[in-house]
Amino acid sequence: MAYNQPPSRFSLVSTSSTDQIPPSNASSTTRFSLPTPSINTGSQTKPVVRTTIYDRPLNKTRNAEVSASAFSFLFSEMIQYTQKRVSGIEDLERRLSTIGYRVGMRYLELMSWRTEVASKAPKREIRFLPALMMIHTQLWRAVFGKPADAIEKSMENDDEYMIIDNDPPITRHISIPKEMSSLSCSALTAGIVEAVLDGLGFPARVTAHSVPIDAYPSRTTILIKLQKEVIEREEALK
Amino acid sequence: MVVFGLWVINKAGGLVYQRNFADGLATLTSNEYLVLAGTLHGIHAITSRLSPTGSSSGAHVIEAETFKMTIFLTSTGTKFVLLTSLSDPSADTTLQKIYEAYADAVMKNPFQTPEMPIRSEGFDARISALIGTGISA
Repeated sequence: MAYNQPPSRFSLVSTSSTDQIPPSNASSTTRFSLPTPSINTGSQTKPVVRTTIYDRPLNKTRNAEVSASAFSFLFSEMIQYTQKRVSGIEDLERRLSTIGYRVGMRYLELMSWRTEVASKAPKREIRFLPALMMIHTQLWRAVFGKPADAIEKSMENDDEYMIIDNDPPITRHISIPKEMSSLSCSALTAGIVEAVLDGLGFPARVTAHSVPIDAYPSRTTILIKLQKEVIEREEALK
Repeated sequence: MVVFGLWVINKAGGLVYQRNFADGLATLTSNEYLVLAGTLHGIHAITSRLSPTGSSSGAHVIEAETFKMTIFLTSTGTKFVLLTSLSDPSADTTLQKIYEAYADAVMKNPFQTPEMPIRSEGFDARISALIGTGISA
């Protein structure tokens, strides 16, 4: 399905004088925040094309920053909204992770485009460790403005890796009540990481756990448990 | 300067946070604190209408012989009350910083219900970092 014409709610067509909204009804249209059609249009059939977010250059916002305060309020509302609709902590984390997945999916595409668009031989990571490093530095820097603090490999399990953030910016103002102590709101970050890994072809189950230490009370571990086929492929590629 | 205590009163006059720092004032029961906060809320409402030149933000400082209470009213109606020694010059700036901590650690915390008692480790930690034991040079 192709949009030759922009969808009608983005354009205002003023075809004849009967389309003009009488002043008495003007207040009812302001709710939809559409601009009132101009009375004396010369070209009566030409639709007014509005620029949308998709028309903007992608690199324009590359170094733009989002207000951390505004995001904190949005994230807080997201958690409150989700919490009203779930039955337990696991369910809450899963839903936050689903939201993060949708962010990650888009971010991987945007990030690859931004880093590889100028390159003559665009590439993508096909081995796991470079991909993990890319997540640790590039993804973290793009999403949170700083690289993550550490990468660790699990001692017990070969398929488990951890990305550690000592002070995740998105949960900086969140105090988890005692009765929910197992909750980690970084589930959103876990979802982002899961989507990026998925998009690069490393399906994994990613979860977030808070592992406080004295110096960093909000230290968080993003635990990556790779699927078997990824490990097998990595072995085969050696 | 000595900081004896901090109260946060919500816009309905309920005491949502109360914490003591330095010794020096008699400690009351939690019920007495609630009554005191409610009374202060009422007094504040009356003083804000006393001004001869129209609207006023109400009582700002109440001084006693041994201590004073500095009241900071936010535009949403929440009141922060700081009980300090008489010679304390920095109560106003401290209150501003407390308001900042409140905006960060209480309002942005999804597990805090507005207008309800504040139970947030983050807020406690920020206040501790700000006031400490209440005694400073």
